[in-house]
Amino acid sequence: MSKRYEVRLAGSGGQGLVLGGVILAEAASIFDGKNATQSQSYGPESRGGASKSEVIISEGEIDYPKATHIDLLLLMTEAAAEKYLKDVPETALVVADLDLVPTAIPDKLRSVKIPITRLARETVGKEFVANIVALGALQELTGIVSFESLKKAVLARVPKGTEELNLKALSVGQEAAREYDGKNIPH
Amino acid sequence: MSDEATKPSGTVKFLSGNEACMEGAIAAGCRFFAGYPISPSSEIAEKMSGRLPKLGGKFIQMEDEIASMGAIIGASLAGQKTMTATSGPGFSLMQENLGFAMMAEVPCVVINVMRGGPSTGNPTGPSQSDVMQCRWGTHGDHPAIALSPSTIREVFDTTVACFNFAEMMRTPVVLAMDEITAHMREKIVIPPAAEIALINRRKPALQAGETYYPYEAGEDLVPPMMNFGEGARYHVTGLDHDRTGFPSAAAEVQESLHRRLVDKIERHLEKLLLFEHHRTEDAEVLVVAYGSTARSAKRAVEEARAKGVKAGLFRPITLYPIPEKQIEAAAAHAKRVVVPEMNLGQYKLEVERILGKGPAITGVNRVNGEPIAPSLILSAILGD
Amino acid sequence: MSMDYFQYLRKEKMPHIWCPGCGHGTIMKSILRALDKLKWNQDDVVVVSGIGCSSRTPGYLDFNTLHTTHGRALAFATGIKVANPKLHVIVVSGDGDAMAIGGNHFIHACRRNIEITLIVFNNNIYGMTGGQASPTTFTGFKGTTAPYGAIEQPFNVCSMAQAAGATFVARALDLDAVAMDRLIVQAMQNKGFSVVDAWSQCTTYFGRPNKWGDASDMMEHYKALTYNVRLSDKMTEEEKAGKYPVGVLHQATRPEFCAEYDKLIERVRPVEK
Repeated sequence: MSKRYEVRLAGSGGQGLVLGGVILAEAASIFDGKNATQSQSYGPESRGGASKSEVIISEGEIDYPKATHIDLLLLMTEAAAEKYLKDVPETALVVADLDLVPTAIPDKLRSVKIPITRLARETVGKEFVANIVALGALQELTGIVSFESLKKAVLARVPKGTEELNLKALSVGQEAAREYDGKNIPH
Repeated sequence: MSDEATKPSGTVKFLSGNEACMEGAIAAGCRFFAGYPISPSSEIAEKMSGRLPKLGGKFIQMEDEIASMGAIIGASLAGQKTMTATSGPGFSLMQENLGFAMMAEVPCVVINVMRGGPSTGNPTGPSQSDVMQCRWGTHGDHPAIALSPSTIREVFDTTVACFNFAEMMRTPVVLAMDEITAHMREKIVIPPAAEIALINRRKPALQAGETYYPYEAGEDLVPPMMNFGEGARYHVTGLDHDRTGFPSAAAEVQESLHRRLVDKIERHLEKLLLFEHHRTEDAEVLVVAYGSTARSAKRAVEEARAKGVKAGLFRPITLYPIPEKQIEAAAAHAKRVVVPEMNLGQYKLEVERILGKGPAITGVNRVNGEPIAPSLILSAILGD
Repeated sequence: MSMDYFQYLRKEKMPHIWCPGCGHGTIMKSILRALDKLKWNQDDVVVVSGIGCSSRTPGYLDFNTLHTTHGRALAFATGIKVANPKLHVIVVSGDGDAMAIGGNHFIHACRRNIEITLIVFNNNIYGMTGGQASPTTFTGFKGTTAPYGAIEQPFNVCSMAQAAGATFVARALDLDAVAMDRLIVQAMQNKGFSVVDAWSQCTTYFGRPNKWGDASDMMEHYKALTYNVRLSDKMTEEEKAGKYPVGVLHQATRPEFCAEYDKLIERVRPVEK
């Protein structure tokens, strides 16, 4: 069995986390040549309320497509933090929106808080690209997909006419995460 | 017409099961879809409504699932390869006309994205609780073919197989997907059209002036089929009928009709059986699992092997007819058999029937809208 | 009338199952005269039915014929027409078949305005199953499931059809076969969904329990219950009260489903290179 890398993107409906998961998985599978699956919460739960998107990435065949041992957790709402911090393993990296997740992340976890939504709104100019800002940050922090592949995956999925905006969002996320450089991630 | 619109090329895509199902149907030549919205299958109808008119095909949203099933039978008689897609409550409504299609031998494909039941149940949670309904859902003795895929590529392939089996056997074929398979996304290489083997209904080879008997079968027990509008002017009914298609109350006619409808499946059994053996050759603990549960099972088998337990997985892709001999062979060395499924033991009943008083058989069952995690199956394999 | 009915009949399927005095044979012959007049190729005509006495009609007719499940004929017929719009699709149905179990399909076929002709063999009773009350059984009339007389209000087939969007709606009586021929021809020529509410007497199960006499007595009763829609203007409301108009009751022009779908294909289909 190959090592699985499990990602959970959690927040609320409208934050674009399902699309975010699809883009991440496409970057890994179509453009990086690995295997990836993406699944999501679905139905009444996904309308307005909580939203969850899971991505499993592996060099080998992916059997069980749901997360069992999270490696990377993105939290975009306080409710998501309450729900998903409980069972996240100590080896996981937690990335949270600085403004939207006031809860302190437990010290035993490696975690980073980035003003993802604020950056999308103020630096990029559109709040709806927060998911892409987040992807830029996640890529920078983990390298689980290559930046080039992520860029291609973003361009393949976003609506025509928004390419520039989304590429900017990706860079803004990447830069915001750069100060942590993957090693100095605070506990 | 552009290639993009007419056929999927050997392209890499990242698709959900429902999307792959649509691609498979188009690749198989489906040009008529009738359906009614229902979670968790609706994306199939949505995607068909977008794609079919681009290909000159037809999509129609009917007033309910009863009508959807009727419409695809009518359209098939008019010469099209046809499909509908639904979930449990809609599948229940389709049973009446599904029986008609079996009786009148009209090829068509029904996609059933299984959700929790009975009744409205759990509209968005995964389930495998329609397994028995796929076999025995409509009244009377009848033939049944039902497939259940585990991967996105397999959704594509089995959808094509459903059309091939339907055309080859002149009978409706069901694809029983679970919600996990329907909604998860995975990379899929869609094969070039030239690499996809397609089967079309066999036309009769009539001499000039020779009468067409729509229900006269030869050795293979499947009567050749002409479409409405092709000049044969024959009669189709859901009543017991003779070779002419007209109702008959003759005891021997009824007996031979019902036996042939069931026997034709047996006659072509080997061609209909799709399955996967995974490390079963020396398996002392055999897991029999299908659909997305088989993915959990495969992982549990690998983890058990890592612990030194000789575990194996037999995965029926064709649920019905049942690969009975293959299950027996897979269980040849088995002391125990584990049957995990998202229902309360429907396929386990079949496994028990096939393996009789041989190995001890246990189920791992969940009906809570959650998938069966590999750890649960591993515990059962280890006998915890 | 010198036409040869047998060119359209499956002679070997005779005699039919209908009781002496039943009006269904009259309607069937009227359908054949209409088809003879239209000169459609027999191979291009599909006759679809559901379940019931009327629904045995297709078995007697030498066209492409389909005897479906109870109430569902219009659903099957819709599939046939959409899959191959060149086919002329005629649905024969009874009052129970079309208006009770098939009521949902009825209103939606009207709404879609798909080019299909529906002939409702309306005899106000379930004949095949033994005389149970139907959705068109008149209030107070008896059936085997309404032994004290029906307490429900009947459907008016034509009003329903018009309200739901059918573009040709007519009522015909089997006692006036000439008018019925004309109405069925018009229905078949309409580029949209057409409904003919064709009244037929069931002597066995409707006439007998309701003491309406034999077939000719029943025709007198139906005659008394109806009036020619052309005379409507000359009649007082009092004279029309509780009576059913006969003739062409509604005609309209609305987009037809198959034609609209063809336009859709034209609009979205990639241009050939």
